[in-house]
Amino acid sequence: METLEQLITYASQNSGYIWEQFYRHFLMAAYGVFFAAIIAIPLGILISKYSKLSGWVLAAGNMIQTIPALGALAVLMIAMGLGSTTVIVTLMLYSILPITQNTYVGMKEVDKTIIEAGYASGMTRFQLLRMVELPLAISVIMAGLRTALVVGIGIAAIGAFVGAGGLGEIIMRGTNATDGTAIILAGAIPTALMAIIADLLMGWIERRIHPIKSSA
Amino acid sequence: MLEFKHVTKRYNNGGDKEAAVKDLNLTINKGEFVCFIGPSGCGKTTTMKMVNRLIDITEGTISVNGEDITKQDPVSLRRSIGYVIQQIGLMPHMTIKENIVLVGTLLKWSQEKKDERAKELIKLVGLPEEYLDKYPHELSGGQQQRIGVLRALAVNPPLILMDEPFGALDPITRDSLQEEFKKLQKELNKTIVFVTHDMDEALKLADKVVIMRDGEVVQADTPDEILRNPANEFVEEFLGKDRLIQARPDVTTVQQIMGSSPVTVNAGESLKGAISKMRQERVDSLLVVDENNTLQGMVDVEMVDLHWKKAENVEEIMDTEVFSVSKDSLLRDAVHKILRRGLKYVPVVDESHKLVGIVTRASLADIVYDTIWGDGLEIEEAVAASQ
Repeated sequence: METLEQLITYASQNSGYIWEQFYRHFLMAAYGVFFAAIIAIPLGILISKYSKLSGWVLAAGNMIQTIPALGALAVLMIAMGLGSTTVIVTLMLYSILPITQNTYVGMKEVDKTIIEAGYASGMTRFQLLRMVELPLAISVIMAGLRTALVVGIGIAAIGAFVGAGGLGEIIMRGTNATDGTAIILAGAIPTALMAIIADLLMGWIERRIHPIKSSA
Repeated sequence: MLEFKHVTKRYNNGGDKEAAVKDLNLTINKGEFVCFIGPSGCGKTTTMKMVNRLIDITEGTISVNGEDITKQDPVSLRRSIGYVIQQIGLMPHMTIKENIVLVGTLLKWSQEKKDERAKELIKLVGLPEEYLDKYPHELSGGQQQRIGVLRALAVNPPLILMDEPFGALDPITRDSLQEEFKKLQKELNKTIVFVTHDMDEALKLADKVVIMRDGEVVQADTPDEILRNPANEFVEEFLGKDRLIQARPDVTTVQQIMGSSPVTVNAGESLKGAISKMRQERVDSLLVVDENNTLQGMVDVEMVDLHWKKAENVEEIMDTEVFSVSKDSLLRDAVHKILRRGLKYVPVVDESHKLVGIVTRASLADIVYDTIWGDGLEIEEAVAASQ
């Protein structure tokens, strides 16, 4: 009960600060996923066309995924120094696999007969991609972005170790303070909330852009 | 319209150099409905897909309207040839309208032109215009394939390729779609290349059936001709015994089933002689012939009775307006006439009107028995036994 009161007091007194870190935290995660998407979606399309590449690329992505986030952050920090850039690059590395993988699966799952029909109707390769394959794969690709963003929000919390700020900074503050439980919670609860909201929101978008629509 | 010259296709997988299509030569005329048929792996689909270059030709040339297809841009070639597949392949994320005018969209038609064309086309298959705004999954399989056919017709291509288009539909839907489509094809005068493995479908729809095996054409002919003269055992087997027997009344000539010794009387015979001949042969009418066995007419017991006192010989009283059939005419026509006119028998004559035989109701009864109790008893045997 005492902790709860402390939490409320801390949150109300530092609402501006928490909000600022919340926003910063979200931006880091979003940028990480955004830059990853720029690389990973074309990569996923590429490996769905050239299946021989897919094994190698997905294996490489898996390898990145096995490195502990804290370790990767530390290594990148040596190369790139302190600050949010390092966190964004780390997030990007972690987001590449889920996005690539989902793009690959989404493209592969497009019904071959529909592709044949499009091709035989006289579509160029690019038209086929733009008018058929991407619209049909988009919801699976979105699911990849969703996973990446949720995971990214979690990873961004440790960005505080390299001085990137974000809600992780509040959590670290709490661990360093005596009886800092309330401060830890003031950092952890918004992080969790952000992940949940992001998940729900992306899920909603995913359903909205689902290709199979009904007329009514 | 469409010409295959020494067309060969080899797939190069794993050094397997067996040709899928071997030296195929075929000419398809404008407005013709051609069915390619054969067991799976016979090269029929490969042949069709080479036409719009979904598959490349290894050797030889295919020309559409006299133009070699390999010299044309594959994309514009495909836009100028309609294509319908078994799995329908409608774009699930597009409305029916967008699906129908897909090729129009690729050709950058204006929106008004597309709307107009879509409305025009959907009328052809008897679906309401409201369907244009629906999505494919909201339609039944049969309706979807109607849309699939419309998509192929959208930009009015003279040539349409169809890969077992009705194969995935239930038999009743398939039947009605086949009929609808055949009618449509005649109306629009399209050239159709149609791949199927369903012989009934091929015989029903095609103007020309091309039977293939192991990449070669075994027989290419009209359905009638194939049923009448199967090129070899493979074709016979492929047609199936049932179908050949069923088809028999269609192709059997009168000569094959007629009785060859009708009871005749010479034109100069006296009435007394005629009566005694009837009694002797236990018949109630006689066919009247002259010395050369040329059919003159007929006479029956009633006519003899009526003119017993007035006439001397058969020639005076015979009925000269006897309905006869030529020995080469088709049985089905003869049967039809016999039944419609309520005749008891029909004399059979050759080219110079010489009497060669007779088809009686008994011969028809034999055919009926043969059809019902089928297999064992061939028509010829049955007729031979009855003689």
